[in-house]
Amino acid sequence: MEHLSTLVNEARQAIQAAETVAALDEVRVRYLGKKGEITALLKGLGKLPAEERPRAGEQINQAKQALSADLETRRQALEQAALEARLAEERVDVTLPGRGSATGGLHPVTRTLERIEGLFTHIGFDVAVGPEIEDDYHNFEALNIPAHHPARGMADTFYFDASRLLRTHTSPVQVRTMESQAPPIRIVCPGRVYRSDSDLTHTPMFHQVEGLLVDEDVSFADLKGTIEDFLHAFFERDDLSVRFRPSYFPFTEPSAEVDIQCVMCSGDGCRVCSHSGWLEVMGCGMVHPEVFRHSGIDSERYKGFAFGMGAERLAMLRYGVNDLRLFFENDLRFLRQFA
Amino acid sequence: MKFSEQWLREWVSPALSTQALADQITMAGLEVDAVERVASDFNGVVVAEVISREPHPDADKLNVCRVDDGSGEPVQVVCGAPNVAAGQKVPFARVGAVLPGDFKIKKAKLRGVESRGMICSASELGLEEETSPGILELPTSAPTGEDFRAWLSLDDHTIEIDLTPNRGDCLSLKGVAREVGVLNRMAVDSPAIVEQPAVCEDTFPVAVSAPEACPRYVGRVVRGVAVGAETPLWMVERLRRSGVRSISVIVDITNYVMLELGQPMHAFDLAELSRTIEVRYAREGETLVLLDGQEIALRPDTLVIADADKPLAMAGIMGGEHSGVSDSTRDVFLESAFFTPLAVAGKARSYGLHTDSSHRFERGVDPALTWQAIERATELLTRIAGGRPGPVSETASPDHLPTERRVRLRAERIEQCLNLALPGEEVVEILDRLGMPAVVETPGVWQVSVPSWRFDVAIEEDLIEELARIHGYNRLPARRPPVRLGLSADNEARQPLARLRRQLVARDFQEAITYSFVAPDLQALLAPDVTAPRLANPISSDMSVMRASLFPGLVKVLMHNLNRQQSRVRLFEAGLVFRGELDALEQVPMLGALVAGPRSPEGWAGGRDAVDFFDLKGDLESLFALSGSEHDWRFEPALHPALHPGQTARILHDGHPVGWIGALHPGVRRELGIKTETFVFEVEQTALLKGRLPRFTPLSRFPEVRRDLALVVEATVPVQALLDTLREQAGEWLTDLHLFDVYQGKGVADGYKSLALGLTWQHPSRTLNDEEINQLVEAIVAESKHRFGAELRG
Repeated sequence: MEHLSTLVNEARQAIQAAETVAALDEVRVRYLGKKGEITALLKGLGKLPAEERPRAGEQINQAKQALSADLETRRQALEQAALEARLAEERVDVTLPGRGSATGGLHPVTRTLERIEGLFTHIGFDVAVGPEIEDDYHNFEALNIPAHHPARGMADTFYFDASRLLRTHTSPVQVRTMESQAPPIRIVCPGRVYRSDSDLTHTPMFHQVEGLLVDEDVSFADLKGTIEDFLHAFFERDDLSVRFRPSYFPFTEPSAEVDIQCVMCSGDGCRVCSHSGWLEVMGCGMVHPEVFRHSGIDSERYKGFAFGMGAERLAMLRYGVNDLRLFFENDLRFLRQFA
Repeated sequence: MKFSEQWLREWVSPALSTQALADQITMAGLEVDAVERVASDFNGVVVAEVISREPHPDADKLNVCRVDDGSGEPVQVVCGAPNVAAGQKVPFARVGAVLPGDFKIKKAKLRGVESRGMICSASELGLEEETSPGILELPTSAPTGEDFRAWLSLDDHTIEIDLTPNRGDCLSLKGVAREVGVLNRMAVDSPAIVEQPAVCEDTFPVAVSAPEACPRYVGRVVRGVAVGAETPLWMVERLRRSGVRSISVIVDITNYVMLELGQPMHAFDLAELSRTIEVRYAREGETLVLLDGQEIALRPDTLVIADADKPLAMAGIMGGEHSGVSDSTRDVFLESAFFTPLAVAGKARSYGLHTDSSHRFERGVDPALTWQAIERATELLTRIAGGRPGPVSETASPDHLPTERRVRLRAERIEQCLNLALPGEEVVEILDRLGMPAVVETPGVWQVSVPSWRFDVAIEEDLIEELARIHGYNRLPARRPPVRLGLSADNEARQPLARLRRQLVARDFQEAITYSFVAPDLQALLAPDVTAPRLANPISSDMSVMRASLFPGLVKVLMHNLNRQQSRVRLFEAGLVFRGELDALEQVPMLGALVAGPRSPEGWAGGRDAVDFFDLKGDLESLFALSGSEHDWRFEPALHPALHPGQTARILHDGHPVGWIGALHPGVRRELGIKTETFVFEVEQTALLKGRLPRFTPLSRFPEVRRDLALVVEATVPVQALLDTLREQAGEWLTDLHLFDVYQGKGVADGYKSLALGLTWQHPSRTLNDEEINQLVEAIVAESKHRFGAELRG
């Protein structure tokens, strides 16, 4: 049986020498296969004397088991190494940019309009829109601005002919809504408006959001509360000071202009607020009875408030844009900043 | 309205700083636009008299002057101003003075001559913006040696208020002072109006034939006026601080009275008036040369002041050149009239005019002022320029004068409107301060009289605003509106535009917003077949026609960005386009997009291919897919004048044309200088927003069957037509049909293409057998052959 131990040593060396799973398999076949050398020893047991057989058999089987275990260990090691080699090979630079990641963006005015609409629709306002080429009646008459009213000089109007024009505000949408819908009414009207004015701080087209609430028990206090809430929510600053100044619009009475503490300098005074510490951001008031009369709403029973603001102005303050004209140049380097 | 703070404080002077006063006025609704100092900082400047002037021995343009600055010793000073002369009174900066800009006056030698001080110009003292041509000459009455700053009251501010159109009553010192008095509970000290007795009998006849437009016309003859008299400096300064230039003594006085009281006045040269003054409407064909020299063709809707022969002035707007006062005027006829707001409103604007007078009459001038103003003007005129006034004549039509207005005010309504129960005493007190006496009608109801100067107060709400304003808007309560919660209708099948926007953003489009008016030539190039309304008063010719398509705006943005090295441009815009003549106008909401440049941004993983038609078509189809109703859409080969004839499709929704997609025509690109291939689409939003409510179909448990077909057809056969035929022939159990290859080249004859199609069938309740499918495939192949000559590829 000296032969057995030599054979086992040989096999062990061969197992350790095998560098691939295939080579290892060859080793297995050579020693443990059907015609393998260890198997041959087992087959040769019959030639031994009967009393030696059990012991020799046991020895051979032990050797066989030991080699099988070695083979398995070696096989696992080789497989593990192969896996590691493959993983190493498949390594990528995870810092390379991903594929197809480019996205565009909304225009900052749309972004602002959607934000304003969102704040108001959450508290039960609907969004209403209307035509941009309007008639004199809906843009002026129905809003208590008769033909020769000095307020017509407040906004320079683009005309097509004597009675058709580009709307100077989105208020005609309010009129159209009141004509077709009975109170209670809660709407915001976003959209393009036009005034014949073009300089550093005016573009001939800009965007407004106007709002209207008509119901039985509506007061100036509701207007103040709504506007204050809105400005706090829009600028995400609950401590933002808001003040109401008496003003004049033909379609509201009482009327007010709304100032906020300058968001650039926190009210200390800067170029943006002309060193006053305040920024005018919107106009508002209680719906004038004459406007209700034009739209067939009983002003003794119903009251309402209306407000209006310029989207570009709010966008400029919110995002720190310092030149109004950038909004309509649509320079990609500008637009991409709002994605 | 712009005025001097000191002037205001002569009438009413609350114990408030300038800024606090400005804030108070602003918060009362008279928005202060600017508070500016009348003069910059300077000191050491006195009134001096030029004693002598000699030419400088060594300099042509310099003079050597000796001035008396009140210190006793004459002072020698070198002066370069051409207008300096002996006997003049001038502002003189002594050695040690500091002028605006921290300019210190020191003893100096100019070309060898000693100079101890400086004679100043208006601009050197910061009194004028532009550089003055010479030194500032002061009236001979100026007190030598007096501090110049104190003498001219230069420690003053101008306050400029931006008045809303309803507050015409504040277009005067009197009005502003009244308001300040109300706010501070102070009495207002107004200059006394003293009746000026007639010292001659002369009058001039006045006839008013349009009493509804001119209910009161007050006039007065003043004879022997010294038109050359100098306007006193205090008046020049007050006018200047109100932004009014001094012109001549008579004009200055009428302007002064207008600023002081609010009554626009006019002075005629009596010698130029023929027989009578008539206040009437202009007659057809009449013209008038205005004070500013322009000739106006008058319309018959315009009220004029005429004499027996011709129009002299546009009533309440502007006087005529011919009848105005001139250097040779001796006798004047003063006019102080009440023109109703309606008679003047809009008229000036319709002639392209806007004057201080029309501005006031449009908003309403207190009819009670006509007499006060003419007395005040007479007083100032006779005092400054002499003259013998005749009696005041009035032509009035009491029927047409504004009647006393009373407005009913209910306490209950105040509370409803303001959510505040204002005590009755406070209501009455505030109204009283405003000159609106309130009389109790029944408890909680008042009759309030409106003063003649408040044209804006007509209804109860106006009074409530006055109460709120004086009480203080910021002291009024605020609350959140109680609302009755009601759900709004929400059509689930309809897509919000915001969703389409986000889809395009996700597909790497940047949103643009362009002007709705475009250049006519660009529109003619990009949408030549559509008419669009044209603005009557565009801001410029390249913004004069309404867009009939989104293409002009998008293409303009493309060009802007290509010119700024942005080579990859992907844009969309949503908005109205305007089609048709005004009387049959359509305002159609559209969604448009444009792509140009590489398909993907430059990167390590992407190709450098340029976009093509199918990239943009895919983007558009992704919008159809969002709606869940992609089968409602069709693309049809078509021709569009601005698009490539071989790469253009009309977009149909439910069979109706709703848009275009295509490559920009190379000719159009050449014309615009766009080198990059550009693809555009625009589609009506209404169609895009129409979605589909999901409808469940049960899932089949039986196997599906797939067959692939390769059909060879002529290259010109549109795939869509073939797909339609396949779908039609494939029976009701077809669950999917798609094209997975288009091949031209080896193995396919020239002018033909091979289309590889995958068809999948599945029956809801049983297994389909081969025979059924074979029959369907045979039918498909036969029909395709019949309609398109399609052959199965071997």
